[in-house]
Amino acid sequence: MGFLNHLISGISLGSIYAIIALGYTMVYGIAKMLNFAHGDVIMVGGYMCFCATTYLGWPPIAGVLLAVVVCTVLGVVIERLAYKPLRMAPSLAVLITAIGVSYFLQNAALLIWGSSTKSFTSVVGGDPIQLFGGQLTITRVTIVTIVACVIIMVALTLFTTKSKMGTAMRAVSEDKGAAQLMGINVNTTISLTFAIGSGLAAIAGVLLCSAYPTLLPTTGSMPGIKAFTAAVFGGIGSIPGALLGGILLGVIEIFAKAYISTQLSDAIVFAVLIIVLLVKPDGLLGKHVSEKV
Amino acid sequence: MAMLEVTSLGISFGGLRAVDELSMKIEKGGLVGLIGPNGAGKTTVFNMLTGVYRPTDGGIRLDGQNLIGKKPHDICKLGVARTFQNIRLFSNLTVLDNVKTGLHNEITYSLAESLFHLGSYHKKERQMNEKAMELLGVFGLENVAGYQAANLPYGKQRKLEIARALATDPKLLLLDEPAAGMNPNETGELMETIELVRKKFGVTVLLIEHDMKLVSGICEYLYVLNFGRLLAEGTPAEVLKNPEVVTAYLGE
Repeated sequence: MGFLNHLISGISLGSIYAIIALGYTMVYGIAKMLNFAHGDVIMVGGYMCFCATTYLGWPPIAGVLLAVVVCTVLGVVIERLAYKPLRMAPSLAVLITAIGVSYFLQNAALLIWGSSTKSFTSVVGGDPIQLFGGQLTITRVTIVTIVACVIIMVALTLFTTKSKMGTAMRAVSEDKGAAQLMGINVNTTISLTFAIGSGLAAIAGVLLCSAYPTLLPTTGSMPGIKAFTAAVFGGIGSIPGALLGGILLGVIEIFAKAYISTQLSDAIVFAVLIIVLLVKPDGLLGKHVSEKV
Repeated sequence: MAMLEVTSLGISFGGLRAVDELSMKIEKGGLVGLIGPNGAGKTTVFNMLTGVYRPTDGGIRLDGQNLIGKKPHDICKLGVARTFQNIRLFSNLTVLDNVKTGLHNEITYSLAESLFHLGSYHKKERQMNEKAMELLGVFGLENVAGYQAANLPYGKQRKLEIARALATDPKLLLLDEPAAGMNPNETGELMETIELVRKKFGVTVLLIEHDMKLVSGICEYLYVLNFGRLLAEGTPAEVLKNPEVVTAYLGE
């Protein structure tokens, strides 16, 4: 039963990584940049929900909605102010800017909410569900997280493959110049991508804080880096890759904590990443495009 | 009034004057060629007409409307579409999806409708698919609609690029070396396709081409560029007899 328990919490943690990884992978796929501030948007989402439910006494669902709205706007604003002026700049400049935005968000949060740990009340109430006479305990947050992840994946896959905005996104991802000559507004498409990624980051933030209820200005950075790892692991730019990478990373992390060593778990996670990338440099589901010569 | 009016168009890249004092008039329904030796500035003209480059001076008017300073996607909405010298299809997208990118502005539904598949989403997506299939049918591509664009043979990729451009419902279609890399058979077929497109869609066509057989076979009027300047203009027969044109192409 221990194994099953660990597996379920691994999948749940992995679902959160997968939702965050989607933001990385979509932005990379379309804008061809690594948005290292993405992890900190998660933290902002967590604080927004915390403020709404704790200070304003709003119901949890209203807190989640506020977090999604604020993060969506934040994502679009970050892109407009920090990344759009650099559209033609070398990718290194954009990368450094993204790291700058990340530190800006962390320190802004430090200024607003202080350095003390806030204790987050889970948005999903109710007692854990006991199965097999109490041998298997599943919290309701776990269930909500996994279900949310599945719904988001299905919705996003349908959106990118079956809608005209999704088709526009894929077109922009391949050739921005040709796409705009087909009448597609590239700036709007990139904004939309940031909006979706950041809105998802808010959901991930709330779920993360519900499962691990401490909130700090640095809360988003480690999960952010791990989710980025998950995106690379699965094949950056690929939506199913983000799901697979996220879940695998979560499961490996929980198993490493449970069976090997709590302290070493992160080292093990990243060691696995290195090994996978040595064997499959494009990630598990990444497309290897061989150059025609 | 001419449909496309280009007046004293010029552009400089640093010290290089790529196009200078170019004036052209194209009437509605015309089929006009823009020819000239390599590096004459033909593609640069296309890039200015579509808003990719902003001209340093001169004017471009489409049906009296000024195009200078407009964004490429807005110029596309006003009715200018193009193909590329080196094919630029969305190669990982299916043939159908490539055409659907061209229909992007024609069919509208909101983000919420597409996320939750509400309201008119299904109806409009179906309309879009039907329209795209119809276009593919014109080019005999309907049975490869599900293929990845990259997997099509070269001639069909050229046709697909034209189909994608036509999906934007243009008044003016710019074809950049449509016959490049084609054998004489394929070129013949392409000439028929261009004629067909012109009749069926009522578009005005401006094409860049090196293939003299194609140019003299279908163009009604030619502009000849050399070193960014207009060297000659007139009907194909006039232009090809012009000693300056012959010199520019073949040397002294």
